[in-house]
Amino acid sequence: MTSTTETVDTVHDLTGTYKYGFVTDIEMDVLPVGLSEETVRFISARKKEPDWLLDWRLKALALWKNMEEPTWGKVSYPAIDYQGLSYYAAPKSKTDGPKSLDEVDPDLLDAYEKLGIPLKEQEILAGVVAVDAVFDSVSVATTYKAKLEEKGVIFCSFSEAVQRVPELIKTYLGSVVPQGDNYFACLNSAVFSDGSFVYVPKGVRCPMELSTYFRINAQNTGQFERTLIIVEEGGYVSYLEGCTAPQRDENQLHAAVVELIALGDAEIKYSTVQNWYPGDAEGKGGIYNFVTKRGVCRGKRSKISWTQVETGSAVTWKYPSCILQGDDSVGEFYSVAITNNAQQADTGTKMIHIGKNTRSTIVSKGIAAGRSDNTYRGLVRVLPGAEGARNYSQCDSLLIGDRCGAHTVPYIESRMPIATIEHEATTARISDDQLFLCRQRGLKPEEAVALIVNGFCKEVLQNLPMEFAVEAQKLVGISLEGSVG
Amino acid sequence: MSKGLIVTDLRVSVEGKEILKGVSLVVEPGKVHAIMGPNGSGKSTLAHVISGRPGYTVTGGSVMFDGVDVLELEPEDRAALGIFLAFQYPVEIPGVTNTTFLKTALNAQRKARGEKELDPMGFLKVLREKAKALHLPDDMLKRPLNVGFSGGEKKRNEMLQMAVLTPKLAILDETDSGLDIDALRIVAEGVNAQRSPERSFLVITHYQRLLDYIVPDVVHVLAYGRIAETGGPDLARQLEKTGYADYTGSAA
Repeated sequence: MTSTTETVDTVHDLTGTYKYGFVTDIEMDVLPVGLSEETVRFISARKKEPDWLLDWRLKALALWKNMEEPTWGKVSYPAIDYQGLSYYAAPKSKTDGPKSLDEVDPDLLDAYEKLGIPLKEQEILAGVVAVDAVFDSVSVATTYKAKLEEKGVIFCSFSEAVQRVPELIKTYLGSVVPQGDNYFACLNSAVFSDGSFVYVPKGVRCPMELSTYFRINAQNTGQFERTLIIVEEGGYVSYLEGCTAPQRDENQLHAAVVELIALGDAEIKYSTVQNWYPGDAEGKGGIYNFVTKRGVCRGKRSKISWTQVETGSAVTWKYPSCILQGDDSVGEFYSVAITNNAQQADTGTKMIHIGKNTRSTIVSKGIAAGRSDNTYRGLVRVLPGAEGARNYSQCDSLLIGDRCGAHTVPYIESRMPIATIEHEATTARISDDQLFLCRQRGLKPEEAVALIVNGFCKEVLQNLPMEFAVEAQKLVGISLEGSVG
Repeated sequence: MSKGLIVTDLRVSVEGKEILKGVSLVVEPGKVHAIMGPNGSGKSTLAHVISGRPGYTVTGGSVMFDGVDVLELEPEDRAALGIFLAFQYPVEIPGVTNTTFLKTALNAQRKARGEKELDPMGFLKVLREKAKALHLPDDMLKRPLNVGFSGGEKKRNEMLQMAVLTPKLAILDETDSGLDIDALRIVAEGVNAQRSPERSFLVITHYQRLLDYIVPDVVHVLAYGRIAETGGPDLARQLEKTGYADYTGSAA
């Protein structure tokens, strides 16, 4: 382990002046492969975390060592060698961070531009979207912070939040997704690198959409994002998360955890467009995306709404969920999951009704093409006290071609005899007649599929904020390229 | 280069069974040709093969349009060339509004022809004008394509698509089927309004009554995969009296 220790020391030396991750070149420093207590201590030390957080991580690691990787999902992938991964990668910093985007390495800005993230334009479009851009594991640019903080809204990287508002972190970290919740969340709890933090004070309506773009850059490096959003009584926030990853040959593990807390009358709208690299036509090289996302409607009349468009990754394992604890609280899940070629997606939601008159809505649209497998897996659980609880679920599947699979696995557990639970499901194919109609009117086959699929997903896509909806519509077409011949 | 549609000795099979056994006809620009005939005579097959629907095997002959061998082209390229098929049973596309569908289609065709795509406002102006001329209410433009449309609305919507896409050759495949007399009149008016020296029509129908409203220049009788007879509008009226019984013999 001598070489590892040396590396640790070197990294410490290099990063003595490190602040918030602004970089002038994209040289990575990567922790050697392997996962041990030492790895966790390194990450924590590197981030100058307080002892309680290090202990929290170490507790997670200890739990994780005794856990087994879940096998109930309808996904298959080669065994992941957790000791063969590196658990930390950060852009090196040679000087103090630049004061504005102009001082950020043009190479980096260029990379973002290729991914369709015009940071410079974002600045011009003042007041529309704030971007806490995450380059690999460390935030490199945060905009509009000042404007947000006028309102008392905190929007920053997770690491920064640990320094600035440790009490909030201590109170809420793991309060929705405890360390031992599941295998991947537990791993994340031990080694999470960075992520986003949002705090909206009482009665404040966040004046703009908050947006973070994630991207995996380094080869063979796990991404362990940690996001925490807290909205105090009567507050509101709309949060956008988008991902895109460049082509890689080896599979990459992504195990993020997102926790949302909505207090009384608060509302959180969380939108995701996930477009991690899905691998080649055989699925080689794609991202493994094992994500735990959960929100709790802690106060009365609070509301959490998840909207996701999942088009990427070789394997997706993801169930954004709502715990409806406060009376009259509302949970929503709108999902589009598209799988093509050899992609596998096992995704859905959990709605846990605890409070009285809690309501939940689930609209899931699964589109399978190529040889892919697309599974909706959902749980609606109504606990004994949830008088007057209501759930409506609609799960539609669309098949393209005859080699793909669509599966719907809805679990319903009601311990409240007077709850109302509705479940509707449909499965359809794009018919030859629809395709021919479109082509006769002048559309190429792939344009026809994009049009038909966008129509199929409309109910979900229209829940996305405008700029995201446009991007998502394009993505729908791109992800199904080559699905009809 | 010969303008218009020239079908020469067209032979078509479906799953090994010959449906068209050598069909020849010429439709000059600006002319309206009617194709009549008994059920199963190959009328719809002819419409589908000209427009490029998959599932048919052309075993002989040719289809030329404005000097281009259309059998070599993909359906969307035939559409861009100006060939339009009004469907007998228009299909539904849930979630895609009429407006979106037409805008996407028109711009795809314009792009294929190397023309400038219409901006959303410019397109809406054109669409509203055309819809108004066909007495289509605005709300129909916002509804998903054909979803929940009545039979008459679906056919009028086909006429709207034709009006917006301004084809050079419009093929109406039994557009009159399932229509009551009022709907039939509205559809016929839509067609008549679009007759022009540059646009030709191939009107496929089982019944003569549509031809009371869309008066053709030429009437063909298609029976057992061949054009059995060609004449003027009188031929249609004569068929109304005698039926297709006379043509059964020619199959032997």
